[in-house]
Amino acid sequence: MTRALLDVRSISKVFGGGFLASPNRVVALDGVDLRIPENPATIVAVAGESGSGKTTLAKLILGFSKPTTGQILYKDQDVANLRGAQLLEYRRQVQAIFQDPYEVFNPFYKVDHAFDLVIKHFRLGANGANPQESIRTALQMTGLRSEDVLGRYAHQLSGGQRQRVMIARALMLRPQLILADEPVSMIDASLRAMILDILQRMRQEQSISFLYITHDLSTAYQISNRIYIMYRGWIVEQGETARVIENPQHPYLKLLIDSVPIPEPDHRWDTQISVTGTGGEEERDAACRFYSRCPVRTERCLAESPSLRPVAGEDHQVRCHLS
Amino acid sequence: MRAMINDDREAVLEVDNLQVRYPTASGDIVACKDVSLQVYRGETLGLVGESGCGKSTLAMAIMRLVTPPGRIVQGRVLLEGTDLLSLKEGALRQLRWQQIALIPQGAMSSLNPVMRIGEQIADGLRAHGVRQSKAQMRERIQDLLGTVGLRASVSDMYPHELSGGMKQRVCIAMAISLHPSIILADEPTSALDVVVQRLIVQTLMEIRERMSVSMLLIGHDMALQAQVVDRTAVMYAGMIVEIAPVQEIFSSPRHPYTRLLVESLPSVKRRKPLRVTEGFLLDLRDPPPGCAFQLRCDLVSDACRSLEPTLRHVGPDHHVACHL
Repeated sequence: MTRALLDVRSISKVFGGGFLASPNRVVALDGVDLRIPENPATIVAVAGESGSGKTTLAKLILGFSKPTTGQILYKDQDVANLRGAQLLEYRRQVQAIFQDPYEVFNPFYKVDHAFDLVIKHFRLGANGANPQESIRTALQMTGLRSEDVLGRYAHQLSGGQRQRVMIARALMLRPQLILADEPVSMIDASLRAMILDILQRMRQEQSISFLYITHDLSTAYQISNRIYIMYRGWIVEQGETARVIENPQHPYLKLLIDSVPIPEPDHRWDTQISVTGTGGEEERDAACRFYSRCPVRTERCLAESPSLRPVAGEDHQVRCHLS
Repeated sequence: MRAMINDDREAVLEVDNLQVRYPTASGDIVACKDVSLQVYRGETLGLVGESGCGKSTLAMAIMRLVTPPGRIVQGRVLLEGTDLLSLKEGALRQLRWQQIALIPQGAMSSLNPVMRIGEQIADGLRAHGVRQSKAQMRERIQDLLGTVGLRASVSDMYPHELSGGMKQRVCIAMAISLHPSIILADEPTSALDVVVQRLIVQTLMEIRERMSVSMLLIGHDMALQAQVVDRTAVMYAGMIVEIAPVQEIFSSPRHPYTRLLVESLPSVKRRKPLRVTEGFLLDLRDPPPGCAFQLRCDLVSDACRSLEPTLRHVGPDHHVACHL
């Protein structure tokens, strides 16, 4: 097996529930395993709704918080143990772009400031390198011309332009992995393809891998090679993207796929869905985290926690007793 | 433009040549430019367009809630035949909520955080002249909550105790509380997860059936439109560029912008390749002469650069503003 670029091993993250804390203990992540290979460059999607733990996972991978148990290994090194020069190198190799292309800019400065900060922090001006050239090249990779963008304030650019500036800022550091957290959800639908196309091109041309975190299954299906479906801190289904989306096994994924509006007026939602689950005690403590909303649950699901099992021997696993 | 109504449909809401401008130091921004549309009784009309196209401004203008310095400079808004723009504030207030209700964008974040849900609904009802005993009010509110699929106990809860979907359903309950003829819903599901979105849409459809309410559903998600509305109006740079039954919009879009919107939709049923296009920031103070879409259009001609297209009838119930 090739070395993993990113190896998330049995990560759990628990909030609250400490010795003197209130009884509101939230298990945001529960034994999550995820792997991005070093070769070939891959777009890995992590799909789930709010409360699924995907944002917590992003924060852990970026080192903004530490896991309660488990390890995150980047090129075989435990991210939690990185210090000094090694940590700086990690921060250079693992970049991020976020959902809100407006919020990330300090409105007081022109957008150039975002690049200047990077140049300063990572000392890109050292060794005779020309940082201005790097900025121009990075912007070009996203389809922007420096003259259209530099010297302006964030509010003078469109959402799509701002997001591309953020991508350029990340690309300037020649990263190996970019974590993209809902990069297009605040961009208008007709312009999303432009941003997603940049991610695909960067994978092909620069061999950059992406961790694409989203709640939008349609775009995840369009651009990712592998997909992990999350629900309340668990990975409930995973595998090669086309296989998973075209042959969903987990009841939650099936519900999710059914709920995505299909752009075909002749194929409307014909079944009603209901808010299942009374939220009673027994349901909250069920072994399977999807029990209270599951339309096909059994007694076994209440008592016994399912584990990830292969589906038809293919690159596809599901966490359910009934598949 | 007067609609060519050649059947006996009745328009609950009719907007004629509406124009809304926002004056700025460097010129007027024309947010809505000569907008005309009708919402017929019992139908759901969709209004789609990208951010900044003017769809929210249109909703606010219909309710006469445009914030100054924005102003409506021309046009009429006929609600059940009465021109809202010519009414005095007092008379208008009578009609708002009782005949026409708005669920504004981000409504669920605008619930009062220090008031219980029941109190907020009661507050709204009382402000519109409903005089009932505490017990009757309580029962009325519980019925209302039931209509949107919420348990009666929600009445005693605070907004922070509710999920996003539940809060949005409270906003829908408020909008239907006085049985209006038409509801304007501005991005009612934008901040919600896809399963919750489906629930909300289901709720809206149930209400439409049960209460025979007409709806103007504003959004940017074309796929959602496909699932929900009867007709769709497409807006670009302050103008309606196409309006047709939703099946037509998808099967034979006539405006290049509509085509772009339809073709760039990803699907979870079929893995389509990315359809990449450039966006352009149009300066609405100084748009180019002719068609506003010329900078993005791959079929642009000289006529497009000089003459502004207006809505023309191109098929049954189908109007397009394009020279081609």
